[in-house]
Amino acid sequence: MQNNSKGYQEYLRKQEKQRKSIIVWQATLLVGFIILWEVLARLDIINTFLLSSPSDITMLFLEYLKDGSIFLHIGISVWETILGFTIGTALGIIIAIMLWWSEPLAKVLDPFLVVLNALPKTALAPIIIVWAGTGIKGIVVVAVAISLVTTILSAYNYFISVEEDKVKMLKSFGANKYQILTKLVLPSNIGNLINVAKINIGLAWVGVIVGEFLVSRYGLGYLIVYGGQVFKLDLVMMGVVVLAICALVMYQAINIIEKRYKAKQK
Amino acid sequence: MSNIIEFKNVYKSFYTKEGEIAVIENLNLTLEKGKILGLLGPSGSGKSTILNMVTNLIEPTSGKIEVNGKIGYMFQKDNLLDWRTIKDNIMIGLEIQHKINNEALSKIDRLLKIYDLWEFRNRFPRELSGGMRQRVALIRTLATDPDILLLDEPFSALDYQTRLIVSDDIHRIIKQENKDAILVTHDISEGIAICDTVCVLSKRPATIKQTYNIKLTINEETATKNERTPMNSRNAPEFKTYFDLVWKELEVYAK
Repeated sequence: MQNNSKGYQEYLRKQEKQRKSIIVWQATLLVGFIILWEVLARLDIINTFLLSSPSDITMLFLEYLKDGSIFLHIGISVWETILGFTIGTALGIIIAIMLWWSEPLAKVLDPFLVVLNALPKTALAPIIIVWAGTGIKGIVVVAVAISLVTTILSAYNYFISVEEDKVKMLKSFGANKYQILTKLVLPSNIGNLINVAKINIGLAWVGVIVGEFLVSRYGLGYLIVYGGQVFKLDLVMMGVVVLAICALVMYQAINIIEKRYKAKQK
Repeated sequence: MSNIIEFKNVYKSFYTKEGEIAVIENLNLTLEKGKILGLLGPSGSGKSTILNMVTNLIEPTSGKIEVNGKIGYMFQKDNLLDWRTIKDNIMIGLEIQHKINNEALSKIDRLLKIYDLWEFRNRFPRELSGGMRQRVALIRTLATDPDILLLDEPFSALDYQTRLIVSDDIHRIIKQENKDAILVTHDISEGIAICDTVCVLSKRPATIKQTYNIKLTINEETATKNERTPMNSRNAPEFKTYFDLVWKELEVYAK
């Protein structure tokens, strides 16, 4: 790769330049927005009671940081999300495998799954919390409920759309159903299942925040809803910003797993 | 017991909501040891149904089918698994049958070496050409040591040039490994070039319309020991005669 032509080197340079310029623009946009917000707040052009200001949010964050309570809230929410995400994704895939295994079962359950999928699961959250109990348990169940049905349906659809010819090839060697599952259906769908996981991270967060809105005494959802109730918009904004960062970190974790998987494929 | 596969008065019909459809009627068929039998027929004439009955995937409605030997199937598409290396792809049949042992592994190594795939054993299918992939698919079938090969239009997904070369390759491998084979095709010249016997099927319900024992005079300097290959078969003086005969048989259905 050392004897690259001049034209190619020029091309690489241009690509790199373009990439850098995009990052610069993104940073400018973010910093500009924060500065504008702060300036407008200081000049009393916008109502800080309703919109807060970056400096107030930062001060509040430092306060929570000092007494360490922010870690408690982040820790609880992240733990609930990880539990909800893991259980929802794993259980969904297991049920999808069962449906793939037994076509009659899939046919029987089809209309129920379609209805459950169409139903906004957040509507069930109050009932679920009554049934499963308040605290972490109830919140995790809400998170699972939200991601479970879509996981089942999309994983099942991926499983049944495996090439029929390849199944026939395995059968011609005498493969049983379990072997078709482990040697064809699952390995050919790893990329798709990673995509399902990506969507589920977002859904698990929805479940956790909704659950915390309803019952919790801790967690980011609790901070946000509590801030709203006492009209402390600094707190609401801080909760949202911290939540965004947590969700981003988890999403990136899955992205890294996906990149590793893709690199291995090449 | 020189007959490897024998169909006796086989009748097969399928049931659908609209009624009963007879697909195969009064079919008699024989595959002799060491031969390649070609099944030529119009599309939808039940060629795949015949192969599926040989592999016991479906049962005949009436009649008798005798199969003396282990079957290996080769498909139109190579069906290689993208995430497995060439060697792992070839191993899949043995894996499924729990037959991986040193003997089987050295057999695979031997096949990889003589059929020019040794250097590619750790590559992935997408790095190979269509012709090579089809060769891998055949070795995958051979690895499980079948006696009879069922070739279900194995070349139709390849471009014309590759197709001629791969036909030669596959024909050579089948003869070298001492296998018997049934080749299903709709390509008349391919059928005549590769097979020892060509059966022309009628349209549905299918039965054998005509059977031709292909006898070609191979007298080219290129042919070593007067050996017949699909490539030099195409230059034999009788080739065109057979082609015309089969063409006339099939032409009726094109109308």
